[in-house]
Amino acid sequence: MDLSSQLLQLLFSGLTLGSIYSLIALALVATYNITGVLNLAQGEFVALGALLAASIYAAGLPLAAAFLVSVALIAALGALIERSVIYPARESSALTLIIITVGLSISLRGLALLVWGTEPVSLPAFSSGGPLLLGGAFVNPQTLWILGMAAATTSGLYIFFELTYTGKAVRACVINRTAALLIGINPGTISLLAFAGSGAIGAAAGIFITPVTLATYDMGFMLGVKGFVAAAIGGMHNIRGAVLGGFILGILEVYSAGLISSGLKDAVALIVLLAALMLRPEGLLAISGRKV
Amino acid sequence: MKKKRVLTGIIAAIISAGLLLSGCAGSKETLKTGDGGEPYKIGAVIDVSGSSSSLGVPEKNTLQMLADKVNAAGGINGHLLELIILDNKSDETEAVLAVKKLINQEKVLAVLGCSSSGPSMSMIDTVQKEKVPMISLAASSTIVEPVQERQWVFKTAQSDIVTINKLMSYLKEKGLTSVALLYMNNAYGDGGRAAFTAAAQANGVKIVVEEKFEATDKDMTPQLTRVKTSGAQAAVVWAIPPSASIITKNFKDLNMGIPLLHSHGVGNQNFIDLAQGAADGVILPIGKLIVADQIPDSDPQQEVLNRYIEEYSQKYNSPPNSFGGYAWDGFYLLVNAIEKVGADRAAIRDTLENTRGYSGVSGMFNLSASDHNGLHEDSMVMVQVENGKWKLLK
Repeated sequence: MDLSSQLLQLLFSGLTLGSIYSLIALALVATYNITGVLNLAQGEFVALGALLAASIYAAGLPLAAAFLVSVALIAALGALIERSVIYPARESSALTLIIITVGLSISLRGLALLVWGTEPVSLPAFSSGGPLLLGGAFVNPQTLWILGMAAATTSGLYIFFELTYTGKAVRACVINRTAALLIGINPGTISLLAFAGSGAIGAAAGIFITPVTLATYDMGFMLGVKGFVAAAIGGMHNIRGAVLGGFILGILEVYSAGLISSGLKDAVALIVLLAALMLRPEGLLAISGRKV
Repeated sequence: MKKKRVLTGIIAAIISAGLLLSGCAGSKETLKTGDGGEPYKIGAVIDVSGSSSSLGVPEKNTLQMLADKVNAAGGINGHLLELIILDNKSDETEAVLAVKKLINQEKVLAVLGCSSSGPSMSMIDTVQKEKVPMISLAASSTIVEPVQERQWVFKTAQSDIVTINKLMSYLKEKGLTSVALLYMNNAYGDGGRAAFTAAAQANGVKIVVEEKFEATDKDMTPQLTRVKTSGAQAAVVWAIPPSASIITKNFKDLNMGIPLLHSHGVGNQNFIDLAQGAADGVILPIGKLIVADQIPDSDPQQEVLNRYIEEYSQKYNSPPNSFGGYAWDGFYLLVNAIEKVGADRAAIRDTLENTRGYSGVSGMFNLSASDHNGLHEDSMVMVQVENGKWKLLK
């Protein structure tokens, strides 16, 4: 394997990891900006979505149906959590809300352990056929599905925020909650929407990666942490920044593991996070001087 | 103070969820009737819940099944057997508390357990001090070594070094002298790496590249591209699922073109199912249980393997695995010793140490004062996955 095809192979690997991190970062940033809650249970939505879809598929439903049912159920779970836990505590401090989401994360992980146990589960690949050979690198077709899903979700959200009335209402809530309330936008509804939406995005991401990575009850925690790092690199207020942060993190991890040493992988991610926080604490794509 | 009430409610909910998870501390069977004298009490500390539960559950099932069988047949020399199984929740501290309870309150004759190496190690001090025989079901060789400090401790699972020697002989036989070693970054992977490195040096096998990955990693392509550029003749992976399954899939996607050898950590059907075809061709050393239908009739273990498979499948509607096999062997080593010498801890220990030629599920046990495991390379076989099935390699 020569260097150029090795670099290309690693790039595909980095893009796959990066798109998973991007989706989680994106859901984190969207919820954070709409509700002010940094939802550290976001990773659990990924795990629960994947486990649920695997169970539904094992029960005999076709893959597409398992996907839709699981995404809908996790979106409902997100909404339920928002109504039962976040909404009643909405006047609390940011710290209290973060601690609530930590508790949620532990509870959901415990629930998943009770229901699914410790053995990993899997889903079949979305399209059959072996790996494709692209310019000397082998690419699993599922990688293309993951990349496609990340692209579709990102552009869908972009259109939603920029072009739809509801999307603009959401952004209004982010900019000034009181003013939004005065012009007839209900921040409570928007908050509910945000949690349902991040549940759906998390579940979808989990289901798309399961054919490659398998699903376990404890997969969410690490993914949540990496998603948070990606969001912090890109800036907590910017959806495009979060997506960019995810890809930067994924590609850096893979290149440091593949070209230098596999032991360095997580260290590099943390060094980049520290550098980003010190040199550009507002995030890579933030408009400088803006404060929320 | 509505806010405060809400917060208190949330905290209470979280705590109660935690309690729910850590609860259910095991089962106890009380038997007071018997034809003969007092029942014989033996204890077991098993990882029934927590991270090692996939090991502990088949072990608990096996012990329960065997205790019922012994009692249905009238017990041991007319004494019924009272088996007390406690759950250590895969935790060292819980294991120590459980073993102290078994010894001080229940006054058991001997202790079986634990399922994994960490909790087993944590019980050693107590059983050594109290002079109670203990039979561990875990892999690490340090559980029974140095044997001068472990007079009361025995174990039934093959030690890491037995597995690695089996693997080494295979590599040498096939002329695969430059290999890549990939291992997961935890106690299991590190233990395998240390033992493999030492054995490779002794056998003239060269490790040309060494890579590690986290148990939670989702993609091992980077590590494998390094293996691909290193010119290794074979790759040896020391890991358990799910990371062992992911690396197996990546290995196939990358079209590596060299043999892939795993440790016995992937030795169950679930590994093959999860890899969805990518496991075909994988080679590993493992106990004979999963290929019991393929071993020759002349094998001294064949009878016990078939008996275990039949009895377990009948009772639990699923095939047994090698972890349950460790429990089977521990149970019978102990019951045979009690049958011979009765309720005397020191005599039970001496009898265990002098057990020779006991044909168990995990192998032919030949224990001695210097070897408290008693299993050798002949207890393992090399198997290969073929069309989603385990196949014995000659």
